[in-house]
Amino acid sequence: MPVLPFTLLVFAGSFAAGLLGALTGLGGGVVLVPLLTLVFHVDIRYAIGASLISVIATSSGAAAAYVREGFSSVRIGMFLEIATTIGAIFGAFLAVRVPTRALAIIFGLVLLYSAWISWQQSRNPDHKEVAGSPWSDRLRLSGTYPDPQGGECAYKVDRISGGFATMFGAGTLSGLLGIGSGAVKVLAMDRIMRIPFKVSTTTSNFMIGVTAAASAGIYLHRGYVDPGLAFPVMLGVLAGSLLGARLLVRARVALLRSLFTLVILALGVEMILNGWMGRM
Amino acid sequence: MAVRFDDSQMEMIMGRLLQVGVFLASAVVLTGGVLYVRAHSGVAVDYSTFASEPAGLRSVSGLFRLLRAGDPVAVIQVGVLLLIATPIARVVFAVVAFALERDRLYVAVSLAVLAVLMISLVYSA
Repeated sequence: MPVLPFTLLVFAGSFAAGLLGALTGLGGGVVLVPLLTLVFHVDIRYAIGASLISVIATSSGAAAAYVREGFSSVRIGMFLEIATTIGAIFGAFLAVRVPTRALAIIFGLVLLYSAWISWQQSRNPDHKEVAGSPWSDRLRLSGTYPDPQGGECAYKVDRISGGFATMFGAGTLSGLLGIGSGAVKVLAMDRIMRIPFKVSTTTSNFMIGVTAAASAGIYLHRGYVDPGLAFPVMLGVLAGSLLGARLLVRARVALLRSLFTLVILALGVEMILNGWMGRM
Repeated sequence: MAVRFDDSQMEMIMGRLLQVGVFLASAVVLTGGVLYVRAHSGVAVDYSTFASEPAGLRSVSGLFRLLRAGDPVAVIQVGVLLLIATPIARVVFAVVAFALERDRLYVAVSLAVLAVLMISLVYSA
């Protein structure tokens, strides 16, 4: 395909991925690699490189808005970034050693997991009165967030080593597949460390950029980042996600979310099949 | 010096820093991208087979050589580098900010994250 239509189509596809990702809260990165590989027949390594770049752009671009709400915790983020960045380097190290078919299958499994998490949205109620680990105060991870009544709600952090280990896994997936792996980061903070949901999601977004930066340099140096592809993907996803964040308050998300979940599910199955049959 | 500096202020500045970095990087990528499409609009592209990018696009020194030759693709790649530098700048800022708060533990934590990021750049170079 000639450069001009290819660039425009990839931009449009990335824009849609960013928009839907922001509207549904699932992130656009997770559908980007399947979109590029299955629809545009891009080699999975180029797709991962471009996706990783777009992940840095969206997470950093959204950070200012998240920070204003006052939910994110810079300390929890910074502390857990030790684990995610080491994991990201490990993931990038693995990426050249794993055959692309296996990458496609792992990617498919992550998509199925994301769809399943999304299906389970009738979440358990938020954590109340978490006693927390004694290390929560020692490591200064305990904090407060604004409650709806205009006051401050204090929280403590539990099971720090378990959360830290899971964050290493989140970083590895991010470095291996070029995704933000926000779902795993939220799992580590919300489910394992019992950090309030809103604090978990905003802090996760804050961490994604630093995690991705740890493996992006490696990908760039290995020649996985093609400028002609990174250009429409990065700008498309960024524009889509910024627009999505603005529309979020007004849009009816429930139906959209179900549709997007189905798309993710289908892409996951397709990725696994393609990997299995060696078409990647 | 009566500087009141707390975590929420730090997060505000970090948010701004990230926003400015992304804006700058996007502007550079867009400029390079438009030039690239104009120069190659009729050429067919095929990304279906992986051939690692040419060496000039994979290192900073090679990039500046291409840039001097006026290659638009190098402009895009400089934007990508700016983007990767943005979260790293955030961590550098955290080191300074925690030092201003006299929080030694978190100066150490931020330095540890910075060290890992530097190792990733050195490892890749």
